Amino acid sequence: MTCDTEALALQLRRRVVQMCSSGGSSHVGSGLSIADIVALLYGEVLRIDPANPHWPDRDRFILSKGHAGACIYAALAERGFFPVEQLGAHYRNGSNLSGHVSHKNVPGVELSTGSLGHGLGVGAGMAMQLRRMGGSQRVFVLLSDGECDEGSNWEAALFAAHHRLANLCAIVDYNKLQSLAAIEDTLALEPFSDKWRAFGWTVERVDGHDHRALRAAFHARTQSDRPTVIIADTVKGRGVSFMEHQVLWHYRSPQGAELQAALLEIGYGGEQANA
Amino acid sequence: MRDAFVRALGEIAARDPRVMLVNGDLGFGVLTDFIARFPDNYVNAGVAEQNMTAVACGMALAGARAYTYSIGNFPTLRCLEQIRNDVCYHRADVTVVSIGAGFSYGQLGVSHFATEDLAVLRAIPELTVVSPSDPWQAYSLTHQLHALGGPSYLRLDKGSAGLSEAPIEIGKARTVREGSDAVIFATGSILGQAQAAAHDLADERRSIRVVDIHTLKPFDAETVCEAAQACGRVITLEEHVVNGGLGGAVAEACMEGGAPVQAFRRIGIPNVFPSVVGDQTWLRAHFGLDRMSVAKAVREMLQ
Repeated sequence: MTCDTEALALQLRRRVVQMCSSGGSSHVGSGLSIADIVALLYGEVLRIDPANPHWPDRDRFILSKGHAGACIYAALAERGFFPVEQLGAHYRNGSNLSGHVSHKNVPGVELSTGSLGHGLGVGAGMAMQLRRMGGSQRVFVLLSDGECDEGSNWEAALFAAHHRLANLCAIVDYNKLQSLAAIEDTLALEPFSDKWRAFGWTVERVDGHDHRALRAAFHARTQSDRPTVIIADTVKGRGVSFMEHQVLWHYRSPQGAELQAALLEIGYGGEQANA
Repeated sequence: MRDAFVRALGEIAARDPRVMLVNGDLGFGVLTDFIARFPDNYVNAGVAEQNMTAVACGMALAGARAYTYSIGNFPTLRCLEQIRNDVCYHRADVTVVSIGAGFSYGQLGVSHFATEDLAVLRAIPELTVVSPSDPWQAYSLTHQLHALGGPSYLRLDKGSAGLSEAPIEIGKARTVREGSDAVIFATGSILGQAQAAAHDLADERRSIRVVDIHTLKPFDAETVCEAAQACGRVITLEEHVVNGGLGGAVAEACMEGGAPVQAFRRIGIPNVFPSVVGDQTWLRAHFGLDRMSVAKAVREMLQ
């Protein structure tokens, strides 16, 4: 599929801000942090068919940082897995679109998450089984940086490298902030790239908002027999100046004047912002 | 029981190439033949039970029929959230197999006592929970779980009740001894102690019914209520803490089913961590789960 990924990323940001506002939900900063990564994946990289969500030959994508679910629901709707009108139900009573991404009655979601540290192991299992069946599908798992505190990720990292799961690609949304404070002030991850290399992974370190760099990283799949991790340097809240680098916007839902200001910054005029 | 499980799994793997045994680095000597016969249907996930379970789930979601295998609490409590969120919520075809139910590893200490698993696991939606009494049941239930599909837990004991082979069906309790003065419901190999106690009590002209609950979930409330109604006095016996396991399930069924129970007693491990070790037989007697203790409890109830 050819797609203007920049335009898609902008649209995802708008959706995320609107969904987090109308639903009164948290994690708007996380959704904005991954918007470019998700736009590249859903706009260009993933082999998927919205008309056939269970197509056996599809690539798999797992959002392991399930709290950024709004962005994935938005991407699936933009790609036509379900009508965009349904996004308005996010976080509402009786809705299937839970704050943390869930697969039940939501076409296109491969794995429900929300508890951190689950996605990479499941992705490794998928990659192993797909390879076992002779398939050429790839499996992508998007992790948060704070999530890398969970030891289960490192169990999966050992496993994937040992079994040479070259069809497995992890992406770390490295915005340097976790739940309460900076990563380096909580549990330091640096030297982060070295850790993954030491575990036997191919490491691509890129600017997680630079589509050319992301594109190159996603296609940089060498002939190597190693799994790949793309460590994407990102900015939490990217695109809305007053949300950037702020832990507050891991929790706060944009309302009123803040909503208007946010929408203006990501390309909605006053009229649309009021809609 | 583990040999019976491995034998059944070998038969299944011979006709279903989707089978994948994901091992938690245990089973020295037991799995050798399976690994040699089915190298493409086996992976050792190392000492990493969370990842073992997650990998099994991912493989199942991509088309495999996966089995996780380890001992005691390692494939259950250690990775409980992977069982709940990954396997059960997605209804993945994963059978969690744990060797060493109850006090099977009685000398190894508290870490190796699998004594809360039934209560914990039967609370999780979508999970079928089975607890065979004998190797032939482990063999039959392994085949039946494969045919059933979906998430399941197979609790395997080192011991054996010593009951002779008979047809069993997942979800159907089995009356192994008729009686009308009291009924003992038991699960796992401890069923043998219930059967022996009922035999002893028969010499005292006491007619004790014994019912084998090899499936904790789905729970056969109908058979349990019928037996409770017919006998009036109810005893449950499990090599498990008394909280929330078989005793809880029987109590729930009887209360909700309106069975007129005159007396009710759960025999199991009190809700404490044992500070002593011993072999399975010794620990059963120590905690009052053996033949003599069960017979004594029934006598007290019938007085």
